Amino acid sequence: MSSENGKRLPETDAAGLNFEATELTLGLPGKSRVTSDGGAKLGSKRGFSETVDLSLGDKKDTNKLGQTQSQIDAREAAPGSKAQVVGWPPVRGYAKRGKKSCKYVKVAVDGAPYLRKVDLEMYNTYQQLLASLEDMFSCFTIRNFLNEKKMDQVNGIEYVPTYEDKDGDWMLVGDVPWQMFVESCKRIRLMKNTETVELAPRTPPKWSRRS
Amino acid sequence: MSEDDERQRSPPSDLDFVSNKARNCNATGSGSGHPEFQSAYPDQVLENVLENVLHFLTSKRDRNAASLVCKSWYRVEALTRSELLIGNCYAVSPARVTARFARVRALHLKGKPRFADFNLMPPDWGAHFNPWALAMAKAYPWLEKVHLKRMSVTDDDLVALAELFLGFKELSLVCCDGFGTGGLAIFVNKCRQLKVLDLMESEVTDDDTDWISCFPEGESHLESLIFDCVECHINFEALERLVARSPSLKKLRLNRYVSIEQLYHLMIRAPQLTHLGTGSFSPPEIAGQGDQEPDYVNAFVACKSLVCLSGFREIIPDYLPAIYPVCANLTSLNFSYANITAEQLKPIISKCHKLQVFWVLDSICDEGLQAVAATCKELRELRVFPVDAREDSDGPVSDVGLRAISEGCWKLQSILYFCQRMTNAAVIAMSKNCPDLVVFRLCIMGRHRADHVTGEPMDDGFGAIVMNCKKLTRLAVSGLLTDKAFDYIGRHGKLLRTLSVAFAGDSDMGLKYVLEGCPKLQKLEIRDSPFGDAALCSGLHLYYNMRFLWMSSCSLTRHGCQEIARGMPHLVVEVIRSSDEEMDDAVEILYMYRSLEGPRTDAPKFVTIL
Repeated sequence: MSSENGKRLPETDAAGLNFEATELTLGLPGKSRVTSDGGAKLGSKRGFSETVDLSLGDKKDTNKLGQTQSQIDAREAAPGSKAQVVGWPPVRGYAKRGKKSCKYVKVAVDGAPYLRKVDLEMYNTYQQLLASLEDMFSCFTIRNFLNEKKMDQVNGIEYVPTYEDKDGDWMLVGDVPWQMFVESCKRIRLMKNTETVELAPRTPPKWSRRS
Repeated sequence: MSEDDERQRSPPSDLDFVSNKARNCNATGSGSGHPEFQSAYPDQVLENVLENVLHFLTSKRDRNAASLVCKSWYRVEALTRSELLIGNCYAVSPARVTARFARVRALHLKGKPRFADFNLMPPDWGAHFNPWALAMAKAYPWLEKVHLKRMSVTDDDLVALAELFLGFKELSLVCCDGFGTGGLAIFVNKCRQLKVLDLMESEVTDDDTDWISCFPEGESHLESLIFDCVECHINFEALERLVARSPSLKKLRLNRYVSIEQLYHLMIRAPQLTHLGTGSFSPPEIAGQGDQEPDYVNAFVACKSLVCLSGFREIIPDYLPAIYPVCANLTSLNFSYANITAEQLKPIISKCHKLQVFWVLDSICDEGLQAVAATCKELRELRVFPVDAREDSDGPVSDVGLRAISEGCWKLQSILYFCQRMTNAAVIAMSKNCPDLVVFRLCIMGRHRADHVTGEPMDDGFGAIVMNCKKLTRLAVSGLLTDKAFDYIGRHGKLLRTLSVAFAGDSDMGLKYVLEGCPKLQKLEIRDSPFGDAALCSGLHLYYNMRFLWMSSCSLTRHGCQEIARGMPHLVVEVIRSSDEEMDDAVEILYMYRSLEGPRTDAPKFVTIL
């Protein structure tokens, strides 16, 4: 979906990890990492473009009440928790259901007789998603690349979380920044470890050094 | 004075026809050659004729006009009006209505003001259906149809409808609350003639009652069953049996607890459907892996009469191609719960040549809107809702999409567009490309946001809309707006009936321009704008012709509103506060409406009627 500017990512807080640093880009190292609307749409695989709208208000916003500045201040003070004005924007049902839509994908586990479906919009980080998948398929162990934690193995088989992206490639879950994953994931498959050789080459997990 | 919409002009041609006929009949009646009976017969004949003729008058405007001609016309019109629309349930009492109209078969009733949908009003404000239900039961036991919008309806009211009205046929509840599946169960069970049960955007409590099973056995008369807003599990087997025994069913809109496989089974039982709400459009939470899924395309191929498609509440886009067979016939498509991309939309929309109504999420981006513009030349109504309804999120749709729509869909009559970025140029382009616009509602979600290219206020854009769109009756404005925008509206918005304003304007002049310039104004809703008592006073000539005025978080004071209340006895002036704080002079919410009844007796504590 649309991603906020770089300051906002809640997963940055929740997991203590900075996914932005792991974005594949074609830009030179040390270049500003602020993503924008254009960046999210093009996808970091192809690098991102910096557009005029780097900040959340319009730069030329002649707001008499100084709203834009205070918006920016509020956001910097509490990322992701800007106070929303009651009843604005006027979208009916939004307040009652929290959001208007969801993004459902099927989850399959090799060897399991059933499929589940999950709403990716319910989660903010890979940790949350994987924890939820663990709950759903509690008899299988799922290899969690994010913190390299090896969980108790049942039957000596590990399951690797993979997903099919919109290009039809099967990727490892956790390879790309969360928001990009949400946008491009079409379905999830927990693969038996022995089958993972067919996956697209992985990015080395830079973040593992930080955890 | 009847509390009906728009009692403005009378259609002269109808009246001439009627009065000529009456005169002719009068003439023939008096030509009977019995002078001593002449004084009685002409009146009687007149009334009989009028009664027969007025049966053909269905438009409420025509009827309102007819009722004003003279006393006997008033009387006869009141005898023959069968469909009643009351735009504000507090403008007139049930007693007055039942006293005037004798043979009402259908009642449309509206309660709370629209801004209550956005949590701007505390709950339990009022708009109770109960007194109406009881009054109708005594006066119109033959009542067949009730259509309520923004009313509080209890389970007891539903039971009353089912038990006290023997031939009850149609119930439609839009944006209502106060009832649950328990009440529904009794209602559907006792209404043996039920044809229509439409629950739309209403809040239904889950009483853990299997209401679908409560429809009586045997062939049902159901023509329309809409329950997509009901957030409870339903008994699918019972639903399937119900659909199988409802040969007249044309409209079926399922809730998100119906899986796509269940939908398949329903569709093959009801290929005669014209309106379908697909439910979740995905497999259930847990589905058998490796199960053979039915060929969903077949179900859509079978529904040859489908013209209106909605639902897609938990869509998994893989299943979208199933709807290809019906696209060419669709006139209405509602994707407003479907989080899909432009790429996913294109193969669908490119087949929808006949589409007239399209509701969608901004996840399709400007690119998706360009695809709509390229194909949907018959488009009359477009609504673009935000996936992420916050002020500070990035906007996937913008002025680019709006302009594309204006260039491709020149027949557009109604648009609701949520976005983060807009330009005056794009709005001006739409005002020129779409001259048939009747409804223009633009919501730039960032408050006070200017034209993102020029940095200027959005005054000129909205000005162009009111200037160029000569049929415009409904307008909602947003973005950075000065008093100049309201000057334009006052000068050119001569047909405007509904105006919504939020976070706009500089001074009292803004509101004055509108109140002084828009003679047809019926509904005015304003929030968070710097309009005060002086501006309020400039609308005295208008308030009796309006349905209501709402102003919240503006610059009104209690004594200013008191002045209005004092000077206008038929205006109910409600001052509403949303918290328990001490009342000071500042007015948080003003809700003001004309009424024949004076202050209502059911007002809660947080409402003060001046």
